[in-house]
Amino acid sequence: MDVFGSFALLLAFLCAAYAFVGGIAAILTRHPLLVKSARQAGIATCGLIFLATASLVYLFFSDSYWVSYVVSHSNRDLSNFYKIAALWSGQEGSLLFWSFLLAVYVFSVLLVYRNKNGELMPYVGVVLAGVQIFFLTLNNFVASPFKVLAAPAANGALEIFTRADGNGLTPLLQYPEMVIHPPNLYSGYTGFTIPFAFALGALLARYPGEKWIHLTRKWTMIAWCFQTMGILLGAHWAYAVLGWGGYWGWDPVENASLLPWLTGTAFLHSVMMQEKRGMMKVWNVWLVFTTFMLCILGTLLTRSGVVSSVHAFAQSSIGNYFVGFLVLVFAVCFVAYVKNRDYLKSENQLDSMISRESSFLFNNLILLVSCIAVLSGTLFPVFSEWFSGSRISVGAPFFNKVNIPIGLLLLFLTGVGPLLAWRKTSTDSLKRNFGWPLLLGLFTGVVVFVFGVRDFFSLVCLMLCVFVTTTIGMEFFRGARVIRSRSGASFLASAVDLTMRNTRRYGGYIVHMGMVLIFVGLAGAAFNRDAQKDMQPGSTLDIGRYRLLLQGFDSKAEKNYTSERMIVEVWRDNKPLMMLYPERRFFQTNEQSGTMVAIYSTLREDLYVVYAGQNPDTQAPVIHAYLNPLVKWIWLGGLVVVLGTLVTLLPNRRAVLVLAGAPERSAAQQPQSLAPSVALREGHD
Amino acid sequence: MQKQAKFGIGIGIIVISLGFLAWLGYGESKTYYHTIAELQTLSGTARAHRIRVGGTVEPGTIKRISGRVNFVLAGEGKLLPVSYVGSEPLPDTFVDKSQALVEGSLENDGSFVAEHVQAKCASKYEAAPGGDPQPDSAKPGKT
Repeated sequence: MDVFGSFALLLAFLCAAYAFVGGIAAILTRHPLLVKSARQAGIATCGLIFLATASLVYLFFSDSYWVSYVVSHSNRDLSNFYKIAALWSGQEGSLLFWSFLLAVYVFSVLLVYRNKNGELMPYVGVVLAGVQIFFLTLNNFVASPFKVLAAPAANGALEIFTRADGNGLTPLLQYPEMVIHPPNLYSGYTGFTIPFAFALGALLARYPGEKWIHLTRKWTMIAWCFQTMGILLGAHWAYAVLGWGGYWGWDPVENASLLPWLTGTAFLHSVMMQEKRGMMKVWNVWLVFTTFMLCILGTLLTRSGVVSSVHAFAQSSIGNYFVGFLVLVFAVCFVAYVKNRDYLKSENQLDSMISRESSFLFNNLILLVSCIAVLSGTLFPVFSEWFSGSRISVGAPFFNKVNIPIGLLLLFLTGVGPLLAWRKTSTDSLKRNFGWPLLLGLFTGVVVFVFGVRDFFSLVCLMLCVFVTTTIGMEFFRGARVIRSRSGASFLASAVDLTMRNTRRYGGYIVHMGMVLIFVGLAGAAFNRDAQKDMQPGSTLDIGRYRLLLQGFDSKAEKNYTSERMIVEVWRDNKPLMMLYPERRFFQTNEQSGTMVAIYSTLREDLYVVYAGQNPDTQAPVIHAYLNPLVKWIWLGGLVVVLGTLVTLLPNRRAVLVLAGAPERSAAQQPQSLAPSVALREGHD
Repeated sequence: MQKQAKFGIGIGIIVISLGFLAWLGYGESKTYYHTIAELQTLSGTARAHRIRVGGTVEPGTIKRISGRVNFVLAGEGKLLPVSYVGSEPLPDTFVDKSQALVEGSLENDGSFVAEHVQAKCASKYEAAPGGDPQPDSAKPGKT
């Protein structure tokens, strides 16, 4: 199977090379047969990558301990579930996995558009093949996952040998989140290749109009959704597994996943300016270029240890290939831009400070500032060494200082932006749209202040959350009321009907609502508490309203590890509540241990209990307990974001009636006389 | 033109104030990375910086005393006595011969007081013959 996999990869490389060269020839000659053969080579590339991936999976499942990668990342007792995760737990496998996910996207795109957009698709195919060639080069010649173990035999020739068992998977990866987090994040990373390829292709082809934006909108949404999920699942993994009571530490690897998300989010918003008003064309093209390059940079940071190397950890040479590829991508984008920049001329200018356009502009600006801040903070050690000779790193205070105000500004714009009219908003409509939300927001501020919230940012954050929720609620309310007055259906049914008539707009509101929930959760972080104590059976630890009573220990040998559990009884407000079992696991195969945190999660707060080892003096076991308010809201918010994104991907339920003259004018401007247009306006904002 | 100027001012205010915040955060959290050998040559203000040092934990030197953990880091043939005073429990990977990264400040007597310790297991399995040496990435959990 290893030989089969290697050959499949090699053939995939050749097919991709043909798709690339043949594609260019097809563009130059316009020969229909060349166009077709290049496309089919692209599809064949994907098929071969699927086969190679399947054969690596097979090698894991068949315990083939003569393959180096399998030996390093699996062992016989590892459960099948984690044998799948082992596929992407190391360098070679995760690079193959990148190729695999990219192939899924490329395959779908080539198939879906095989008989459409004949002018554009050859260009897109060439760009996609170019990206595939890069990753296939790594898969084939730099980091092949199919290397076998071999040793010189007596006669001097190399002989393949087989190990009895593998080295096992790192305990930190043996958690359910680790099986779903990397595929999500990688699907996000790879997914942005599609809008990138369309943008670059459209620029090279000088493809008229904004059609590439319409074509890629869904792909971009899918990639963005995967990336959002990936980031949140990663945060949840860090929270539930690493045992330090937090979910985000501004670690280089976390930052790497956030960077393309920031520019991707900016792109999702600013393309609307181009669709609606023909503005920001240069900006959009560069945003999507940047997003793709940040995806590559993110892979580089995670895979090469460029930044970790500053922390004196292992480094790998694979980084050079990525840097080379980044430079090449930038050069191609730059040349394409310079040669075709006249094609990107803006059709309109900004009219007013208080308009939809300017809210998008500021949204983009601060997302970009955030991205630059995170990027420079992450790469600071590298740059400071270049410029000053001393390696300086920056920590959480740097990132928080910049990003907390940015987050709050964004939250504010989330509430304001969608309700501003294009071009110019009247003072009247401002009053009507924002009077109630503002009032309720301020009221919340007073209430939470009275209840003892003194942290400035948390206070502002909670006020803004209520403000935004009210604006979104009012949008649904107004629209649903109109539908109800006509159909007589229930309010809920009317709201669903409303959403289905303009999935893009109301799905967007649902996504915004999810972000609000996430912000509620983030605001809780200012009130985290923790306590640590040596425990004997029978002793107690108090934290907040909770009392932890250690009843005893037990120990159990599992197939792949031995676990030692604390049996902790939890009391709340002097009433017995439940049992928690914080656990330490010891993995025999690689002699590593892992912590299993026990969490009791409610909407109000998480009780997070860690078995923190033994006190060195007394040998007494130590409990470290955290009380983290509102964390659950973050994960709930994530679910709502995903739901909202799915809604935006649905087609509108019925043909939308457009009332004459409505599109340029915000319906909210005159909700009474123009009320029907709230619901029936054309579906693109 | 006037509109453009308004936007310019708005953008300017945002960028400048965020830049100022970034500068504050930078001052608060900047940490100098040094090797153990460099530490001994530092003088003046450089000794007062927040410092990060990496090295290998000398076998048998980990001593857990109440409230702190003492150990010795080795690198480039030099030794550095470290006293960890942080409240977080030490990571599971912190054992003899593991690679550790400590963050804290240098004392006058040349020892180091650490508030944070990160550690990574020395790869137990050396390069398999014929296979590539396969050190885990720095953060094994994050693929």
